Amino acid sequence: MIKGTVLKYNQENINTDLIIPARYLNNSDPYHLAKHCMEDLDLKFHIKREKLGSNILVGGINFGNGSSREQAPIAIKYSGIDIVIASSFARIFYRNSINIGLSLIEFEEINRLNTGDDLNIDLKNGLLINNTKKESHKISKIPQFLQDIVDTGGLVNYARKLILEK
Amino acid sequence: MLTITEKILRAHSNSKKVVAGDFILADVDKCLANDITAPIAIEVFRKVIIGTGKGVFNKEKIILTPDHFSPAKDVASAEQCKVLREFAKEFEIKYYFKIGKVGIEHCLIPEQGLVKPGELFIGADSHTCTYGALGAFSTGVGSTDLGVAMALGKSWFRVPESIKFIYSGKLNKWVSGKDLILHTIGDIGVNGATYKAMEFTGEIIENLSMANRFTMCNMAIEAGAKNGIINPDKITHSYLKNRFSKDYKTYNSDKNAEYDDLIEYECDKIEPQVAVPHLPENSKPISEIAEENIRLDQIVIGSCTNGRLEDLAIAAKIINKRKISKDIRCIIIPGTQNIYLEALKKGYIKIFLTSGAIVSTPTCGPCLGGCMGILGPEENALSTTNRNFLGRMGHITSKIYLSSPAIAAASAIKGNITSPEYID
Ligand code: SF4
Repeated sequence: MIKGTVLKYNQENINTDLIIPARYLNNSDPYHLAKHCMEDLDLKFHIKREKLGSNILVGGINFGNGSSREQAPIAIKYSGIDIVIASSFARIFYRNSINIGLSLIEFEEINRLNTGDDLNIDLKNGLLINNTKKESHKISKIPQFLQDIVDTGGLVNYARKLILEK
Repeated sequence: MLTITEKILRAHSNSKKVVAGDFILADVDKCLANDITAPIAIEVFRKVIIGTGKGVFNKEKIILTPDHFSPAKDVASAEQCKVLREFAKEFEIKYYFKIGKVGIEHCLIPEQGLVKPGELFIGADSHTCTYGALGAFSTGVGSTDLGVAMALGKSWFRVPESIKFIYSGKLNKWVSGKDLILHTIGDIGVNGATYKAMEFTGEIIENLSMANRFTMCNMAIEAGAKNGIINPDKITHSYLKNRFSKDYKTYNSDKNAEYDDLIEYECDKIEPQVAVPHLPENSKPISEIAEENIRLDQIVIGSCTNGRLEDLAIAAKIINKRKISKDIRCIIIPGTQNIYLEALKKGYIKIFLTSGAIVSTPTCGPCLGGCMGILGPEENALSTTNRNFLGRMGHITSKIYLSSPAIAAASAIKGNITSPEYID
């Protein structure tokens, strides 16, 4: 169960350059990347996020399109975001997010979510409850083993677990 | 009723029910990385195995090809290549290709018999989709995926829906696989097949050579697809004859398999194509482009798209005893050492050198703006490669046009973009 507050960008194609500009890629420290997260989209990203205590990021269609850089989901994850909800995700961003242990939900009706909304997300049962709007929505569950990858903290940890269990 | 893509992924997963849309953890047959992607994948691999006492999942199933910036073009590239070499030594990787053996990966791997029909092949390189031409499921992945696969022999996938492309009618003169795929991407757009498998079928494909099939599957990624694929047939088997005894399993799509879409092209209507800057989807018929007299500074014939023997043969046939236009730098890059050697035996290299073209050792080189022909400000190039993105071959104000080897060779003689039809 994930509980938290929404920070929403009602925009399509929030690409990997907006999420983490290439000029910061010469340093792979996740906290350095997080510091510059969303910088070219919104300079106030961190100020807003901290003020609201947001841990749920919401975006539009084709979230994360562009380059295959894994630094994009890393910057989001280390900014204190627990889950990204978007109408749809770009293929490699989706893959990379799972691999580094960032939860994602594909949810078409993002018009039902606004900045500041208080949500309960039950990934196991595929339920999104908007406490602010008193609404509940069905969400498609990600398959158990992708959820397992996310829950173990990403593909590297997941693979280590598989090897050590053998 | 399943597609070939679904069947291969099902066979490599532990569930017998797998269909499009499902997520699976699958066994990979081979994994590939190059001098750009392997160093990061190796770092991930080390994180996975540290303290476990494990090594690579199978030292005969990992392929390392230092082909992008090699022979090392500067110190940084030399350092990257060194990481591959030392890793290969430490883990006794069988298929590490040193300079002298290496070629452009997607030309080299099929040539060396390192991919078979029915296999699940992943590579940390987006054009890994090339091997679908042999009826394998092959796709590009990220470095973390590859690093984990080197340790585990597994990777996860969402089984893609397929779009069936049917090519019928007759091919016009000088029309090749490159023209068909440029026309297709022009039609559906660079996002036209995102997440999907592009399955190429129809009487034209059934009679298309392996070289042309590789070219088509190579560019599936340029339409956003996860993989391109062709059902194995007689042409596939005869290509494989000297590479494998019969130890491979083939899969074919069922007649009434489910497709997301069926798209049919009447090939009589397709002319040779040129994709104008800055996207592969900007393809136009040659008759239209030739009228514009587009000035060129450089021609590149090579790459994983069109660096095969058949491509060089067409270029040699068109150039024959002619001379490259005085203002043009024509750079020809055989995809592998064997292709180079064959081209030498068949006299193509002599034709190129006499015409005033240069011939390079196999490398990606100018395709990604690495080396061997970087464009200066406002220069124009016509290239047989696969991407004409802004700045990809050099200066940000330079322009790249994409075409087949036939159009490239004719244009090298004329000095502007033209067809072999118009050069005499
Ligand atoms: S030839 Fe170009 S597209 Fe092909 S692998 Fe090399 S850089 Fe990539």
